[in-house]
Amino acid sequence: MTPFSYHKPASISEAVSLAGASSHFIAGGTNLVDLMKENVVRPKRLIDISGLGLNGIHLTLNGGLLIGALVSNADLAWHPMIEQHYPLLSDAILAGASPQLRNMASTGGNLLQRTRCYYFYDTGTPCNKREPGSGCPARTGSNRIHAILGASDACVATHPSDMCVALAALEAVVHVQGPRGERQIPFAAFHRLPEDTPERDNQLAVDELVVAIELPPPEFENHYRYLKIRDRASYAFALVSVAAALKFDGEVIQQARLALGGVAHKPWRDPVVERMLAGQAPSEALFTRAAQTLLQDAKPLSHNGFKVTLAQRAIVRALNDAAYGAACWRARP
Amino acid sequence: MSAISPNGVEEHPICLTLNGQRRTLQVNPWTTLLDLLREQLDLVGTKKGCDHGQCGACTVLRDGKRVNACLTLAIMCNGAELVTIEGLAVGDVLHPMQRAFITHDAFQCGYCTPGQICSAVGLAREGRADTREAIREQMSGNLCRCGAYGNIVAAVEEALPLMTDLAQPQRGPNP
Repeated sequence: MTPFSYHKPASISEAVSLAGASSHFIAGGTNLVDLMKENVVRPKRLIDISGLGLNGIHLTLNGGLLIGALVSNADLAWHPMIEQHYPLLSDAILAGASPQLRNMASTGGNLLQRTRCYYFYDTGTPCNKREPGSGCPARTGSNRIHAILGASDACVATHPSDMCVALAALEAVVHVQGPRGERQIPFAAFHRLPEDTPERDNQLAVDELVVAIELPPPEFENHYRYLKIRDRASYAFALVSVAAALKFDGEVIQQARLALGGVAHKPWRDPVVERMLAGQAPSEALFTRAAQTLLQDAKPLSHNGFKVTLAQRAIVRALNDAAYGAACWRARP
Repeated sequence: MSAISPNGVEEHPICLTLNGQRRTLQVNPWTTLLDLLREQLDLVGTKKGCDHGQCGACTVLRDGKRVNACLTLAIMCNGAELVTIEGLAVGDVLHPMQRAFITHDAFQCGYCTPGQICSAVGLAREGRADTREAIREQMSGNLCRCGAYGNIVAAVEEALPLMTDLAQPQRGPNP
C-alpha cells in the first residue's frame, strides 16, 4: 500500500472539511483496502468515518425507513423491519459477498464499491475508469462479465452490487452531506452510465459523504424475488441478477418494479417495461414480452452474448416467483 | 495522537483487547490487522491466504463478529475486542468448535482451518444456520482447497448446539 495519513473526525462537518480530490472516506474498507493494496486507488489521506454515529435505523414520518450509512450489510439484512417489510432488500444483501464481508461492509460503502472489471484492477493495463483516456482493453479482450446495456466506447464495466439492485427497485433515496449542505438523490439518479467519463461512477462530489439511505413506505412485502445467477452457488458476483417486485390489485398487477444487476454500469431499470406489466394479469406470455422488451437494446460484446438470453430467462423466472409469492418459491426444492 | 517514528513514518497508538488481554500498540495507518497479528505480535495462527478477502483464511472475531483481518486496517481497531484462533481454547480445554473439527477430521493440510473455525464460531453466534444447507451457504466465505467441506459442515453442525451458552465473546486463558 502507498503510505497515507489517517484522520478520524468526530463530526460530519469535520469529515467533509477534510475531504478532497486526494483523500478518501473509509468505513468498512472491504473494497477500498483491497483497491489500495493493488495501487488502483492511492489516497494521500484516509478519513475514517466510523466514529460519526451513522449507525441507526429509524422510521420516517411517512412510514418509510432511514438507514444510517454505517449500518453493516449483515445488520441491515437481518434487521426485523427489513426482513418483515423489505424482504427483497434482505434477500439481495444476503446474496452478495460472504458473511465476513457483510459484517464489515457498510450500507453507504456498498453503493460506492467499484467495478470488478479485471482491467480496472490490473494497473499493468490501460483502463479509462482508472486512468481517463488510456483506453479500454475489455471492449476487445476478456469481457464475459461485462455490460450488455448502457455501455460506451470508453467503458463496458458493470456495477457489482446486489444490494443496489434491490434499492433501485424499491426507489430508495440517497441522503448526502457536503460543505454546501445536505441533498437527497433519487436512487435512479445516483449511479451514472459511463459515457465518456467512466472515471465517475456516481453523482457524488469528492467532498460529499453518503449519510443515510431512505426507503419509501413498504409496498412489496408479499410479491418479490431477488434472483442471482453466478458462476458458483455462493460468494460470487452476479453474471445477471433480477430484483422483481409486484403489487397486486386482486388478480391484476397494480404496480411492477424490475431492476437488473450485472448487466450495466448501474442497476438497470426500464419504466416502459414496468408500465407494460401494470394493469395486466400475470402470465408467462406477459413476462416473456417484458423480458424481451427490457433487453431489446442490448449490445453484447464478444464473450457475453449469453447474458442476453440469461437475463431474459432470469426475468421471466423472477417475475413468476414474485407473482406466486415467496411462500411458493421458497418451498421449491 | 499520531506521531512520527524515528525513521520518519507516521505511527498511531491503538488500544485493544486481544484474546482477553488489553494491549496498547503502535501501528502505521496502512498496516492491516492480519499483518499486525502475524508480523508484529507473532500470532501466526491467523493465516494469509489470498490477502484480498476472497478465501477467509484470515477470519478472526471482532467484537464477536467474524471479519477478514486482511481487509481490516489495524488502526481502525482502536477499542475493539479481538479473538483469534489462539484465543478460543481455555488453557488446555479446546473450544467445542475445535473439538468438533478434530472429531470429524474436518481438515487435511490445515491451512484454512483457523479461519474456518473462527468463521464457524461467528456463524454460531449469528444464530441463523438451522440446516446443513444454511451452514454450507453461511460458510461460503471460507475456501478449503483440500476439499474438506463435507466434514467441515458436519463439524459445524455438531458443535452448534454445544455453543448455546457461549453468547458472550470468548475470553482467553488469562481474563
